[in-house]
Amino acid sequence: MRLTLRVWRQRAADTDGALSTYEVDDISPDMSFLEMLDVLNERLILEGEDPVAFDHDCREGICGACSLVINGEAHGPERTTTCQLHMRSFRDGDTIDVEPWRAAAFPVVKDLVVDRSAFDRIIQAGGYVSVPTGAAPEAHATPVPKADADFAFEHAECIGCGACVAACPNGAAMLFTSAKVNHLAVLPQGAPERETRVLDMVAQMDAEGFGGCTLAGECATACPKGIPLVSITGMNKEWLRATRRAGKR
Amino acid sequence: MALATRTDRRPSRARTLWDSSVGKKTVMAVSGLIMLLYLVVHMIGNLKIYFGAGEFNHYAHWLRTVGEPFMHYEWTLWLVRIVLVVAVVAHATSAYQLSRRDLRARPVKYAHRRGRSSYATRTMRWGGVILGLFIVWHLLDLTTGTVHPGFQEGHPYQNVVGTFSTWYGDLIYIVAMLALGLHVRHGFWSAAQTLGAGSRTRDRALKATANILALLLTAGFIAVPVGVMTGVVS
Repeated sequence: MRLTLRVWRQRAADTDGALSTYEVDDISPDMSFLEMLDVLNERLILEGEDPVAFDHDCREGICGACSLVINGEAHGPERTTTCQLHMRSFRDGDTIDVEPWRAAAFPVVKDLVVDRSAFDRIIQAGGYVSVPTGAAPEAHATPVPKADADFAFEHAECIGCGACVAACPNGAAMLFTSAKVNHLAVLPQGAPERETRVLDMVAQMDAEGFGGCTLAGECATACPKGIPLVSITGMNKEWLRATRRAGKR
Repeated sequence: MALATRTDRRPSRARTLWDSSVGKKTVMAVSGLIMLLYLVVHMIGNLKIYFGAGEFNHYAHWLRTVGEPFMHYEWTLWLVRIVLVVAVVAHATSAYQLSRRDLRARPVKYAHRRGRSSYATRTMRWGGVILGLFIVWHLLDLTTGTVHPGFQEGHPYQNVVGTFSTWYGDLIYIVAMLALGLHVRHGFWSAAQTLGAGSRTRDRALKATANILALLLTAGFIAVPVGVMTGVVS
């Protein structure tokens, strides 16, 4: 395959960037999108140019490191992560636009790499359960109904890649935050911190400069793990419940 | 040994609500639903125009005497007006502040753009501005009569016919009612999500309700200028 790439190049966080055009040839349809970028980078290195910086790690679709907006879509045209997107999803001769996640809370570090520490701080604000350390507890001591376990797992699937923020017209982190809130709210282990968790996480989300939800639904469409839009509804419900209860104490 | 307890105090409930993006959406949802309820009543009342000047003017007069003798003349009407003004101000202020936050959160646009969300979703902000301007015109036209040539106090039937006998009156009204339909279509469903009332099983019913409400309101309101334009109401 022969492709024309228009890639966002930006030297550093505080410099201006622009789209640069590159021609790549001899691309196999079986290559992943990242492997295609590897081919481009090998050539750039041989030519003495600065290779395109992009985030990646496991390349198995489970770590959430890769983060590219391809032709205006987070993770590209398929519902998967960029590393699991294959070149067969494109046609020979295509022009492909590659941009970084765009959000005020995700500043560009270099080229296609953005700083997603804001997500870490949201998790630090309450996306955990406080447990005494020691030997593993007896599994049967805390029964979890199957339906609750399934619900929790569906939300625990979030890999924190940030595609929801990238796709959202408001740069909102509602889907990400709601995945963790819903995941822990339904489990007995998460119950003691149920109210403080949602209040603190939403407050941190706002403090990081993410936008608000207008229920456009772009996040759930972009999510490679299929976190549903109704997850946000669930978090709103949790937040209102916690606000009502917080007033009583 | 007792463990250290978290002692920091949380801000008041009202403060939490107003400072949070989720809380401001709640304010928007509740104020929006109050206005929506009013609109349904308003639309049904408007349709009385098809029963002639006598019934319509009598209905308009009744609105001023509702609740008597407990309420004084126009007390109920003013109560409704105050609630509506509070709702409009709360809705618009939250929308403005949330929009500012949203625009700040996405300062750089994508070079490769694709708009996928529905037309109703994308036009919420400007649609809201159009509706706000329309309400100002509507009050000056049919409540105070400031911009209404030949306005007769206490003769709403004649005033309505007067407004819709002009091309600009029809145009402004119909455009605003189409904007209203779009606004309600996304707004009602969104309010349900914001208040946590949505769920996977209820989603279809909520979307259908939003569409029906939007259609009924738009059709019901537009029926009045259409009645005047076609000569059924004169």
